[in-house]
Amino acid sequence: MKMVKVFFAKNLKWFTILFFGLLAVLPFFMTSNYGMRMLTVCMLYVMMAFSLNLLTGFLGVMTIGHIAFMGIGAYTAAILVKNYHWETLPCYLAAILLSGFFGLLLSLAALKLQGYYMTILTLGFCEIVRLVEINWESLTRGALGISGISAPVFFGIRLSSRRSIYYLMLVLLILTLLLIWSIINSKAGNAIMAIREDELAARAMGIHVFKYKTIVFVLSAMIMGLAGAFYAQYMTYIDPGVFTVSASLNILIMAIFGGLGNLLGTIIGASVLTILPEMIRFLAEYRNLIYGILIIILMLVKPDGLLGSVNFKYIRQQASVQKENGGE
Amino acid sequence: MFLQQLINGLTLGSIYALIAIGYSLVFGVLQIVNFANGSIYMLGGFLTLVLYNKFRINFLLCFALALIINGFVGFCLDRFALRHLRQKKATKLVGLITTMGFATVIENFVMLFFSNATVPYPNKIDFGSFSIGSAVVSSTQVIIFLVVLVLLLLMSWVVYGTKVGKAMRAVSQNADAAKLMGIDVNGVIAMTFILSAVLAGISGTMVGMYYQMIDFTSGFSIGMKTMAAAVLGGVGSLPGAVTGGLIIGVVESLGASYISSAYRNAFAFAVLIIVILFLPNGLFGKEKVTKV
Repeated sequence: MKMVKVFFAKNLKWFTILFFGLLAVLPFFMTSNYGMRMLTVCMLYVMMAFSLNLLTGFLGVMTIGHIAFMGIGAYTAAILVKNYHWETLPCYLAAILLSGFFGLLLSLAALKLQGYYMTILTLGFCEIVRLVEINWESLTRGALGISGISAPVFFGIRLSSRRSIYYLMLVLLILTLLLIWSIINSKAGNAIMAIREDELAARAMGIHVFKYKTIVFVLSAMIMGLAGAFYAQYMTYIDPGVFTVSASLNILIMAIFGGLGNLLGTIIGASVLTILPEMIRFLAEYRNLIYGILIIILMLVKPDGLLGSVNFKYIRQQASVQKENGGE
Repeated sequence: MFLQQLINGLTLGSIYALIAIGYSLVFGVLQIVNFANGSIYMLGGFLTLVLYNKFRINFLLCFALALIINGFVGFCLDRFALRHLRQKKATKLVGLITTMGFATVIENFVMLFFSNATVPYPNKIDFGSFSIGSAVVSSTQVIIFLVVLVLLLLMSWVVYGTKVGKAMRAVSQNADAAKLMGIDVNGVIAMTFILSAVLAGISGTMVGMYYQMIDFTSGFSIGMKTMAAAVLGGVGSLPGAVTGGLIIGVVESLGASYISSAYRNAFAFAVLIIVILFLPNGLFGKEKVTKV
């Protein structure tokens, strides 16, 4: 078991590339529409769980209103596509910029606060954004939602087949992973994790806590915004009922279940928790009850999440130290 | 109009205050926000109604029975979930998610076994109304106000005047030190959960009678608003929770009638955000000294 772990940790990069390679060729073997749809939705949730893992797992800032940014991104994209017939790329840019802007506003206020005060503030933000979405009827069509959002268009090419949408999602997911990967493996990443471990000590070491917190907060808001923009065109319909606090909590549960601070865990956690409710669909109206019970059991059995206690970097270091001392 | 809305707001706010105290107590001893409290509030209201409809006996008796069951649910939440997490030294975040899991379970349980629609609620404390100037005050409002007042006095006596309260305060200051002093920390925490669940149950029943209806989704928004009230007053502070509850109730009523009733729930959070930006520890919260 330990050997496997060490081997896996050492070749994590190759495994990752292999994994995404498999995802890339999968559509050629998968014929069922349902399967393709599930995979796309899975990847969307993984992307959002990545965003929360960056914020909660690596920086240690807990928010329960992050889905508000997804809503902002989704509405931006939907309105631009539907009313102004924009192409997808500028739409995505607008969604990213707008959600980033609101992320900046919220972070300037929220990050000055400690712990729960900040968490509750994000909850309030999410509720207010949702109420604006419901009540600003001239722009968002209120509770009816916006329907008939057309499929993504890139440089005049319309991506309407399930397969092309799948690849679009895959590209977005890989870009997100690369972004987060490069952040946490840089000097900034060390600073961010130092802030998570002890904010005061990090400040004493000369780390500009507020700056890093703001940057990470805005980045994760932008990722959520992008995911929202994709969601709007993928579903072709959005309404404010999607962007609720409980939906936000669900994504947080995915990140925690996978293991905070572990990207591989997030992939597994978000996938399992997306597919699980589908698998217990036969329970019909008992589904949510069982889901709640499962969440409680999962938390009691594995409080750290699936891979929260596994640190691949540490395993690699330990293995190389053992190798050096191996001759004795 | 203004006086009327003020009275309505104070009635609502006094109930918020009662639930917010539950949040504050639990936060004091455990440093976690109990997300299930809103659902427990709704469960309390439903239990009274279901027992009353089923057995058709004395309403007060059903009410008392519902409170006992409610307290037991609160006890179970701690005993069978959170205590295990404490023993495993899990992070606070995990405890939080567990309480959310409980909220989902309770809400769906009520939906499946009690009712999935809005049900009418009998108002047993409606003895007519009287008017002050242009405002009409119903007996329901007066009774709610009096009950809350008595309970608040009772709670402050429990927390500041009894041995259990002393133990609670000791645990909230430093659980390890309290344990060394011979305080049964787990017992105190369980007691706190029971108290907060009973308070939530009383509020649930009273709000049911006040609005004369109840539905299984009502717990969530009340839960969030009272959480906001507890934070507004300063987490862990009892006078803070009461003040926060009253402020949010009044602002909500006035905002809904003077600005827009569609944004009813937004006012609570808007006030919260504004106050917290200027007073980062809430109205009555103490500033925490951070040490490495």
